[in-house]
Amino acid sequence: MIWPGNPMASALILFAIAMPFLYAGRKVVHDLFRSIGHMIGGPLRLGARWLFATARDMKERNKAVLLAHGREEVGQHIEREFERIGALVTRDLEGYPALQRKLLEEITRVEEDYKKCGEVPPPPPEWVEAVTAIAKVKSDGNEMVQRILEEIKRSVHVIHDKALAEYRRASESRHKILNGFMPFWRSLDKTFGQVDKKLTGLHDTSSKIDAQMEKYEQINKKTERAEHALTVSAFTQFAISSLVLLIAVGGALVNFKLIALPFSEMVGAGDYLTNTLRASDVAALVIIFLETTMGLFVMETLRITHLFPIIANTSERMRRRVFWVAVVFLFIFAGIEAGLALMRDMLSADKQALVQSLASGRQAAPPDPLLRLIPTTAQMVLGFVLPFALAFVAIPLESFIYSLRTVGGAALVMLVRVLGFVLRILGNLVRQLCRVLVTLYDVTIVLPLLIERVVKAARSGGSEAESRSVKRAA
Amino acid sequence: MVKRLLLASLLGLSVSTCADQRSHTHAVYMLIDTSGTYAQEVGKAQRIINYLLGTLQSGDSLAVARVKTRSFSEKDIIAKVTFDSRPSQANAQKRAFRDKIDAFVKSVGGSAYTDITGGLIQGGMFLNETGAGRKTILIFSDMQEELDKVTIRDFPINLKDIRVVALNVVKLKADNIDPRRYMGRLEAWQKRIEKAGASEWILINDIEHLDRMLQS
Repeated sequence: MIWPGNPMASALILFAIAMPFLYAGRKVVHDLFRSIGHMIGGPLRLGARWLFATARDMKERNKAVLLAHGREEVGQHIEREFERIGALVTRDLEGYPALQRKLLEEITRVEEDYKKCGEVPPPPPEWVEAVTAIAKVKSDGNEMVQRILEEIKRSVHVIHDKALAEYRRASESRHKILNGFMPFWRSLDKTFGQVDKKLTGLHDTSSKIDAQMEKYEQINKKTERAEHALTVSAFTQFAISSLVLLIAVGGALVNFKLIALPFSEMVGAGDYLTNTLRASDVAALVIIFLETTMGLFVMETLRITHLFPIIANTSERMRRRVFWVAVVFLFIFAGIEAGLALMRDMLSADKQALVQSLASGRQAAPPDPLLRLIPTTAQMVLGFVLPFALAFVAIPLESFIYSLRTVGGAALVMLVRVLGFVLRILGNLVRQLCRVLVTLYDVTIVLPLLIERVVKAARSGGSEAESRSVKRAA
Repeated sequence: MVKRLLLASLLGLSVSTCADQRSHTHAVYMLIDTSGTYAQEVGKAQRIINYLLGTLQSGDSLAVARVKTRSFSEKDIIAKVTFDSRPSQANAQKRAFRDKIDAFVKSVGGSAYTDITGGLIQGGMFLNETGAGRKTILIFSDMQEELDKVTIRDFPINLKDIRVVALNVVKLKADNIDPRRYMGRLEAWQKRIEKAGASEWILINDIEHLDRMLQS
């Protein structure tokens, strides 16, 4: 310490001594700060740029994968719709000749009946001629003629009534024939209704295909709209499948609880694989995983899921074999689980009885058989049903895996972008910090800088005066 | 097919080599003081044994021995068992063990002297033989050791990695007159046990706290 007992004064004196040196080294220190700024800030900015470029590449790759998956999915949809249409057409066209025959027969019958209705009894031609001839006869008040005419009139009236009755009878029979049309008309109406329904079904399916085709075209064109729709769909699928998988995990846990204790009876409860993981627990978990795998195979062979292309590509016969093998295994596992559930119940009851007798010092009375029967049966049924329920995990699992690619890719892109942004901010921060340090350095040596400025001003003033006097002399 | 079998056997081998080789079993050796008036407390000891039977799992070991004039003997072990790995068999063993203890409680008689050290040495040997991961000696006694003139126990003992728990250490009449005797007795035992290499020395007078100790 220069001034003992006064650190402040000592520091000031030291600063005053150091100031000329600081002034002398000003340029070097400035350069040093700038170099440090470039040295740290440069790589950071470079890193940020690289990360942004990587994020762009990843986004492109994600888009390509998303569109490819979407194309495949829509293609499958279209294929399925075509299959449906094919089945519909095959089914309906198979019956079409019979339908046509039936329609033709009914139409012919209706036509025949209609023709029958059209036939009216022809008027007797003799009658017309006779009446015409009599109408031409001149009576001229002749009583004889009058009487004959009256007689004829009476006869005509009688015959007219008869003819009218005949005509009415004919009309009645025609009406009866027309009445007989009704069932045929109804049958025709029904048949045409069926045809209409089938055609409407075909029309609906073709509309669906149109919609899917439009989607397919959008994907092929790689439009933003298609990408957005596929991304939203993937996120929705991810959320739903995650939820369903969580429920399935709950079911698997229940299943595990059912079989873990009896497994310790078979595998032994004293073996540990890790510090806390028992071999019996692992064995129980393996059984549950095997059940899930068998379920997966069943779903694959039924072509509900498409996780293993090798199964989808096998021949129909082999696929059927794999299906039956998986189903048989599932049944075996379900049977084993039901047995294990029963065993668990027995072991629990035994343990409970032991604990009770240890606590009270006397043998516990056996519980009501009916009360024991209900939980035992419930556990057995659960043990049998849960493997089949777990088999359906394959469906949400497939959705989860496919949507995870999109969601994970999007999350990764976001993460890389955030990292790039942070690096850029850091780079800028370092550069600005170096500038601030340069200014701060100048602030500390403000006194020599002021002197420098004054001296420079004086020098420049002196040289200006000299030049002015020289000019004046000239 | 051969390839598959090879793969399966490799997987099995890797699992077996990955298996935790450390023992996770728990061995408990319980010493019951049957000397003098403390023999009246044997009912409490029975309750503790029953509790232990309810708590210990398959693969664990339990032995109950009495502390009398000279306790360094296998003959003083009333009952011992290593529970079967199958829970159903373990339950049957527990029932048989309980019956043995019940018979002992009915026929217990007081002894003239109290050889706790001999019992500890015997317990330590038993526990080390079991090869259990956790070893505990429970001493159900007033911790007042009284030896006849012939018995020699004033030498260092080995209780390495064994946890020693003193249970129901009742106060004697003399302790009531001068509590320092009680404190001093416990302190002396603690020093001796710790010097013997025990992992822990615990005093539990309230039996309710026993479950917390056993679970730790």
